Amino acid sequence: MTRHMTRHDKIYWAGFAVVMAILIVAPLVLPEFWRRFLTEVLIWGLLAMSSDLLIGYTGMISFGHSAFFGLGMYGAAAALLLVSPPNLWLAIGLGLVGAAAAALFVAYFSTRLRDIYFAISTLIFSQIFYVIIFTWTSLTGGENGLIFSRPHFSIPFLVDARFTTTTLHWFVLAVVTASYLILRRITQSPFGMVLQSIRENEARTRAIGFSVQHYKIVAVMLSGLFAGLAGVLYGIQNEFVAPNFVYFITSGDTVIFNVMGGIGTLVGPILGAGFFQLLHELMSRVFGDQFPYLIPLGFIFIAMIIFLPQGLLGFARRWLNK
Amino acid sequence: MQFFHNFPLDLFIIQTVNGIVAGMILALVASGLTLIFGIMDVVNFAHGELFMLGAYVGVIVIAYTGNFWLALVVAAITIAILGAAIQIVTLRPLIGRDPLNTILVTFGISLILQNYALWQFGPVARRMPDPITGHFILFYLDYPWYRMVIAGLSGAIIGGFYLFLKYAKFGVWIRATTQDRVMAQAMGIPVPWVLTGVFALGAAMAAASGVLFAPLAGVDFSMGLDWVLKAFIVVVVGGMGSLGGSVVAAIFISLLESYAAIWLDPSQAVIVSFVVLILTLLFKPTGLFAAPK
Repeated sequence: MTRHMTRHDKIYWAGFAVVMAILIVAPLVLPEFWRRFLTEVLIWGLLAMSSDLLIGYTGMISFGHSAFFGLGMYGAAAALLLVSPPNLWLAIGLGLVGAAAAALFVAYFSTRLRDIYFAISTLIFSQIFYVIIFTWTSLTGGENGLIFSRPHFSIPFLVDARFTTTTLHWFVLAVVTASYLILRRITQSPFGMVLQSIRENEARTRAIGFSVQHYKIVAVMLSGLFAGLAGVLYGIQNEFVAPNFVYFITSGDTVIFNVMGGIGTLVGPILGAGFFQLLHELMSRVFGDQFPYLIPLGFIFIAMIIFLPQGLLGFARRWLNK
Repeated sequence: MQFFHNFPLDLFIIQTVNGIVAGMILALVASGLTLIFGIMDVVNFAHGELFMLGAYVGVIVIAYTGNFWLALVVAAITIAILGAAIQIVTLRPLIGRDPLNTILVTFGISLILQNYALWQFGPVARRMPDPITGHFILFYLDYPWYRMVIAGLSGAIIGGFYLFLKYAKFGVWIRATTQDRVMAQAMGIPVPWVLTGVFALGAAMAAASGVLFAPLAGVDFSMGLDWVLKAFIVVVVGGMGSLGGSVVAAIFISLLESYAAIWLDPSQAVIVSFVVLILTLLFKPTGLFAAPK
């Protein structure tokens, strides 16, 4: 059955096309620094968006997304270092396997807990991964991390091209857009509806007969996979991995991106990541590198929770999910 | 039998003492956290930062006056005032909203306080001299009396706090507010100020434990996260809101970590407490000592 496009659909897809067009053209007009900046915002946006599936749609705050991000990163690094010549798809594959393993572990244990207990236990589990990566120097390079070279973009028998900052931006954009569309589809599917029903009233969802814990485990797994994908992209973009990214700060930033941009919108977290990184960049340009930019950002963050709890895109939340 | 033959009994006893000392400090931190949670439904993510700032205030006061006990009192009062201010400005507007908002706000506060400490005091750890210099002989070690004093003092503060909750007028108000906020309000208890007072009290306990701990390992801006994580583990293992459970769990976990440090690197010994947490979650998610509801 073909469904006719409603007015809402038309405006939504028109807006989608405009934003895509801007993001595709952007690297051609931006100077090198801002090109890389934009690519990084997209990657952080993907990480934040993955976490939104839990925060915004299932009502579970994860303070442990650095674990999935980090395992994705280290998985990709392993693939790039072990296989010669480095292969992009293998890196993505192994990164996803790493993230899935971490996600399975966290999902199995943390979903036994609710609300703040869930939040704290995800944080504690991410610290386990951090300690392991930090201290297992022979495997992970410890504090110094690992350095590797960027794989080529390759499709067997068709393409084998070295990434430039522009083509890498397009590749990242393609991955992030595909992830967005998949996540949007997931949140609108019957499965996504159950997640939102858990957010609204967990006890009633259980009473209706849904196995809440299974839904939560799958939600954490999905979220972890997309976070791992962001980690893979970040590793490829920067050509190195370090335990810092597995540390709590990454998870905290992810939560901040979500709250600033607007939870439960999927695009909001990307906007939040951009807003955060832009403020950071502006402050270090105006006040110097040593300026403790997280202090004013912390104040903005708190003010937003109190006065603008829906975030920047909160006003469009209903519309975006329609 | 080889294991028992080589078993380092002296080391084991030394680590037992170390573990109990660390456990008493941890118990003090965790009881502040569990107090704030049990009464206000607020998970105070900034608790470790209050601990850290308390230690810094202590370091500053000692640098000027040289008096450790004065430093302890000044740090507790300063951080209590800071805690009250934080509660009034950021947490009061959130009363009645989803409790998850409070973890976000206190996370923001921890971010601000931690970066403030880094900016103000720099990344290098500050040392604090031992307030009591005497030693006693424990096997081949000169064991500082100070550590025993810390353990005793932490226990005394927790005990005093228990008596305060039980008998003092404000303590009774606190318990009444925990049981039924609306009813307490109807009986004329100034509930908003009780909540502020509770937060200030929890903050003061964090600050006091920070000052007590400072001579053991120095003070640096990033110590808060370690402590708040450990305190969270203690509170989950001990059962949220249970004061006695927190104390027992704190000592239990600190002992295990101390023993693990005999064979492992200290940074890996932390994993032991994570394992305890996982086992608790698996077999008794409500905590080992939770009061049945």
